[in-house]
Amino acid sequence: MNIWLIMFIGGLLTFGMRFSLIFLFGRLEVPQTMRKALHYVPPAVLSAIIFPELLYHADHLDLSFGNIRLFAGIIATLVAWYTKNTLLTILAGLLALLILQLI
Amino acid sequence: MSEARRSFIEGVRAEFPLLVGVFPFGMIYGTLALNAGLSTSTSQLMSAIVFGGSSQFVAAQLIHDAAPGFVIIITIAVVNLRHMLYSASLAPYLKNLSLKWKIILSYFLTDEAYAPSILKYEADGITPTSHWFLLGAGFSLWFIWQTSTALGIFLGTAIPESWSLDFALPLTFIAMVVPALKNRPMIAAAVSAGGVALLAYSLPFKLGLILAALTGIIVGTIMEGRK
Repeated sequence: MNIWLIMFIGGLLTFGMRFSLIFLFGRLEVPQTMRKALHYVPPAVLSAIIFPELLYHADHLDLSFGNIRLFAGIIATLVAWYTKNTLLTILAGLLALLILQLI
Repeated sequence: MSEARRSFIEGVRAEFPLLVGVFPFGMIYGTLALNAGLSTSTSQLMSAIVFGGSSQFVAAQLIHDAAPGFVIIITIAVVNLRHMLYSASLAPYLKNLSLKWKIILSYFLTDEAYAPSILKYEADGITPTSHWFLLGAGFSLWFIWQTSTALGIFLGTAIPESWSLDFALPLTFIAMVVPALKNRPMIAAAVSAGGVALLAYSLPFKLGLILAALTGIIVGTIMEGRK
């Protein structure tokens, strides 16, 4: 699919959700279960991307000590946990990867 | 100074502290989107068309991974689903506005525009010009998001291709997820989604991602219900 079309539909859906209940005020409510479920969207979607990025290498699960992306990811996770800083987390992960590549 | 203008400027002021955090994030997005293989115009216009930070990062990653279009669209929609809550929450304060205003304000309704606006409306109620506050908050965020994206793209073009920055995208996601892991349902959502993503990795069309995300959302919700 054309990338512009993907962006256009993605943008239209995003706008539609922002507009939905402002437009339908009084006629539709967000169910309680959905309110709860929405809290878990970010950790679920992002973890679903992170895990394979760290653990799959050339389409194979790589749990060996040679998997430097996994090590760099663990270091970034620790930095994220203690600093809660996006930029520091990215820099620590990239630096870790760079150093591990040299070893 | 007219009441409308005063209200708009008040919205801009309330948005200021949030802009400090958004600016570097927009730059990171611009640089990484370019590095993920999006063109300069695609990277920039995504900030205007989709205009939703985390969904743009995720879309850039999926475009980089050559995921099929419908998977990218579903993922953008799921990541941005929370905006329905903001829409529901602000709706009573905007109900007397014209359709034109409702459309304009909906476009600007991001996490960062919602937060100061709901606080303002809950504290002070609404006046005939109070929607200008949301416009001020939303527009200033929009302006900073577009300029920081442009600056990030500019920096991205200066970074040689040999520095493979593609690993920075998953690192950004780690920075977003880890601080949110404050209780057991959150951790369970993250771990179950990650586990299913690994098991279902070989499914075609990146469907493993959708399956994994749904699993995480369901597991988190069920765990919370049990507390």
